[in-house]
Amino acid sequence: MKTTRFFPWLGFAIGAIYFLVPLIATFEFSLRMQRGTYSFKAYQVVLADPNFQASFSYSALIALLTIIVGIALVVPTAYLVQLKLPRLRPVVEFMTLLPLVVPAIVIVFGYLRMYNSSSWLPLTGSARSTDLLLVFAYVTLSLPYMYRSVDTALRTIDIRTLTEAAQSLGSSWPRILIQVILPNIRVGVLSGAFLTFAIVIGEFTMASLLNRPAFGPYMQLIGANRAYEPAALAVIAFAITWACMGLIQLVASFSPAQKR
Amino acid sequence: MSTTALPATVAREKRLSLSWLGIAPFILFSLMFLLLPAANLIIGAFQDADGHFTLQNIINLGQPAIIRSYTLSLQISAASAFGGVLIGFFLAMATILGGLPRWVRPTLMTFSGVASQFAGVPLAFAFMATLGRTGLVTALLFTLFDLNIYRTGFNLLSFLGLTLTYLYFQIPLMVLVISPALDGLKREWREAASILGATGLQYWRMIAFPVLWPSLLGAFLLLFANAFGAIATAYALTGSSFNLVTILLYAQIRGDALHDPNLGYALALGMIVITGVSNGAYIWLASRSARWTR
Repeated sequence: MKTTRFFPWLGFAIGAIYFLVPLIATFEFSLRMQRGTYSFKAYQVVLADPNFQASFSYSALIALLTIIVGIALVVPTAYLVQLKLPRLRPVVEFMTLLPLVVPAIVIVFGYLRMYNSSSWLPLTGSARSTDLLLVFAYVTLSLPYMYRSVDTALRTIDIRTLTEAAQSLGSSWPRILIQVILPNIRVGVLSGAFLTFAIVIGEFTMASLLNRPAFGPYMQLIGANRAYEPAALAVIAFAITWACMGLIQLVASFSPAQKR
Repeated sequence: MSTTALPATVAREKRLSLSWLGIAPFILFSLMFLLLPAANLIIGAFQDADGHFTLQNIINLGQPAIIRSYTLSLQISAASAFGGVLIGFFLAMATILGGLPRWVRPTLMTFSGVASQFAGVPLAFAFMATLGRTGLVTALLFTLFDLNIYRTGFNLLSFLGLTLTYLYFQIPLMVLVISPALDGLKREWREAASILGATGLQYWRMIAFPVLWPSLLGAFLLLFANAFGAIATAYALTGSSFNLVTILLYAQIRGDALHDPNLGYALALGMIVITGVSNGAYIWLASRSARWTR
């Protein structure tokens, strides 16, 4: 094609401006806390806030638990569906897509009705069991992404041969999954894990409605009451999302499929 | 396991039941934390306060405040999805088919991956710092062009403001969703068309667009549902003053704002129906367009 490249460049430039300007503006705004001069005062205030530290570590811990539960749930399922129960594939895929169909606010509304303190399983009865419910809520939220990453990774390796080889050497099922399959799909698992972290760390709706002291509700509260700290928080949140996506790219570049 | 000693059929049955056992946690989890909670709400939508069957809740959805909130949500979702599809499509087209240097595409893709996940509360903060009353762009427009956008009637806490904010994650999502479809347009088709004397416009109108339209419509529906279920950005931006259906539902869950718990379940049912239909149609269209990318 010898057509002029003016319009493609123009389109790309407009796109770049639309994405970059809010980031630049947010960063600039976050530096304005001290009058007349740029400073990192807003960041100092935010980072020194005990509620920031508490809510951020809480959300990070919940994200970690979500990732562990998610992997434990998804890896055996995707493995068995591909190896032994291909007939179940449509059912399982439907379930993993369901969180995209039912909005998060509706899912958590269902939990509050089903697991309230006077129900058969009063998960919202105590703080610890509500934490558990929040982890399960986040597992459903990340299910579409986690399942897709793991399923794609499983397709790129020959799980049948690996399984038969491990079996003929006398491996038990848990050992096959943990020591043979998992290391081979670590790139997919890690991609799913980082994406889960990016989704969970600043999630607002579910944490807020379950009344848990998470980072999302904390940010909302600061946004309603402060001027410059929210901008600093937005920059921090963007940096975390960026880091998660960067790590996904990084692990993907180390994948065995790329080296071949 | 010494299954080798057993007859083959028994061994197979045993292994198959073992497979079912392995998949049981997932089935149980999906039932308890996805299907049953949703089913529970749907049942609640058809019950009165005493648990008897009724259609009154569905009829009560017709009250003006609820109709207004559904309408506003549908409008915002449609506007941001339409803008996202249009801009995202041209952005993806410029990058993939425009003959730009090689580094452009991976840069755009990585950035789209980040920006499509950058939603919720921080996004609201970013737009306040950009287009809010003291935002950078607002200030720049005033000093450079002497243009006070808030004097002209613009408000970030409005339909236009929220749509602009939503576009920040809708456009990148569109770029991610449509790129495989654009890759599916084979170079040979274009060459064949131009050998037969087709102009660029004719190629797009008679070949590329008919192949792409299921993907485009599907992407629209995906973006639509994506915006429809969103709440955090709007809530952080406008508080509870902006009457979206998700914000109404949030207030209902928080403190029974409608003074009728069962009406709340009907409100949730309405949302499931809307996102369900648009996502269902998306999945159907995606499987249809997959034929061309083989």
